[in-house]
Amino acid sequence: MTTTTTNQRAQRTTTRRFDIANTGTIFTLAALACITVIPIVFLVVASFARHWYFPALAPREFSTRAWEYVASSSSGATTALWMSLAIAFIVTILSVLIALPAARALALCEFKGKRILVFLLMLPVIAPPLAATMGVHHLFLRLDLTDSLAGVVLVHLIPCVPYATLMLASSFANFDTDIEAQARTLGANAFDVWRYVTLPAAAPGLAVAAAFAFLISWSQYLTTLFIGGNQVVTLPLILIGFQRAGDEATTSALSLVFLLPTLLVFIVVARFIKRDASKSI
Amino acid sequence: MIHYSRIRVALLLAPALIVIGGLFIGGLLLALVQSLGYFAAIGENAFTLKHYAALIFDKEFHRSLFLTFALSSIATAISAALGLIFAVSLRDVASRSRFASVLLQIPLAMPHLVIGVVLINLIASSGLVARLAFALGIINTPADFPALTADTYGFGIIAAYVIKETPFITLMTLAVLVRTRDEYELVARTLGANRWQRLRYVTLPLVAPAAVSSALLVFAFIFGAFEIPFLLGRTYPAMLSVVAQRRFLSTDLSERPDAIAVAVCLALISSLLVYLYMRLARVLIRHDNPTVFL
Repeated sequence: MTTTTTNQRAQRTTTRRFDIANTGTIFTLAALACITVIPIVFLVVASFARHWYFPALAPREFSTRAWEYVASSSSGATTALWMSLAIAFIVTILSVLIALPAARALALCEFKGKRILVFLLMLPVIAPPLAATMGVHHLFLRLDLTDSLAGVVLVHLIPCVPYATLMLASSFANFDTDIEAQARTLGANAFDVWRYVTLPAAAPGLAVAAAFAFLISWSQYLTTLFIGGNQVVTLPLILIGFQRAGDEATTSALSLVFLLPTLLVFIVVARFIKRDASKSI
Repeated sequence: MIHYSRIRVALLLAPALIVIGGLFIGGLLLALVQSLGYFAAIGENAFTLKHYAALIFDKEFHRSLFLTFALSSIATAISAALGLIFAVSLRDVASRSRFASVLLQIPLAMPHLVIGVVLINLIASSGLVARLAFALGIINTPADFPALTADTYGFGIIAAYVIKETPFITLMTLAVLVRTRDEYELVARTLGANRWQRLRYVTLPLVAPAAVSSALLVFAFIFGAFEIPFLLGRTYPAMLSVVAQRRFLSTDLSERPDAIAVAVCLALISSLLVYLYMRLARVLIRHDNPTVFL
């Protein structure tokens, strides 16, 4: 009864406030839409444009030259695409495997040095690990890990593992370990508990953590450049290369190739983020 | 909380600790050692502070440090102000409209690199905005258009970060707003507070901690990030990460310890900012972990 009246009252105030704030809301939503729509529209047009220079507002001629070039082996784009995908996949799998047990301990156990660990996890996530990458460069050189895929994967782990750990820990924080104990009491063995209780509960968090580990690895530039030394060429590297060379159409086409997986991955896991966040409300 | 034995906790943490301890801390220590005079590749094998002492008198470093602080502060302040306004104007639709929350989340997925590339093509002196100005008869040649990329005031850098970080601060602030809105607002309304008073004395104090802490994260991120200043900034003075990158990749190997010294300074400042953030956020692991979206 009380709930109903509160809800009705809230509903009324909400409706009224919505009318007052309508212009602001629409403006804000439009501004947010622009952040995504303008780059995509621009990149699509620019990637098909031919001789599109000042003062032409719209391209006068269109061509598929840039896309043909990107698809051809001479641009190196396809190699870079596969390289980026391979590195990001390996980094994602490793990150999630490494992060999963740590996240569980972090979320569910008390131990000495926990705050320091969280601090160390946040550091490479928030500030790009420039100094650490420079530091390991010399070591990697000696171990023959520079200019190699393995070396680039290792250095990508520096930001990706902490990212995955923090995200998984936050989804484990709401996990009720009593359910596992109940399954045990009902006769499930350790593997069954893991397979039928823990994993399904952790699945949304896992999906989000994996997605973000992928995206972090996917968009690495400086770490790849330092350790890969222009031998391990990923999409961000050739993208910036073409940008510096002033080839606008090719840069635009490559930007779209770079952007598309990002948006796809994000859209696939967006509903998990939503579900995850709604638990805290 | 569950009570695992210390060994079990240690085993759970072990793989992550190897990465953090071995690669991250190990890398930082190696960087420190190499910047303190132990860089065999150029024949340095005795302790020295000269690479840090050099920074004290390094004019490029001074200008770069100042520029990095200034641009990070300005971009963060604008993003935070816009983020607050966006959050307040979205609070009614955010929880009800799936469309609105998708519109808010997608910008977070846009890579900085793409934002940078597009922005150059829009605001450069021969870019689309300049062409629009030409079409409207405001300018006659690209030279008449103000330099907005690679410019003295870092306009392009600030613009790129404001575009990228405003949705982040909006989302972080909105999470708090949606959770705590109605009760306090209703009380204030019952007590006769008008719209402005409710905003000033109820809403703002409620969202301030979330806004300030997410702004701190944004500041720390901008301070150390590379792609945007590399694409949109000047070469001299450049932001610190660009200076470190250029010196590290210089063909003159003797510049490398100097580059590492700059990167170590950056790491120290970032550590301080993250420490401040943790003091501020207080809670160890928050469910809606803000680091997710940077």
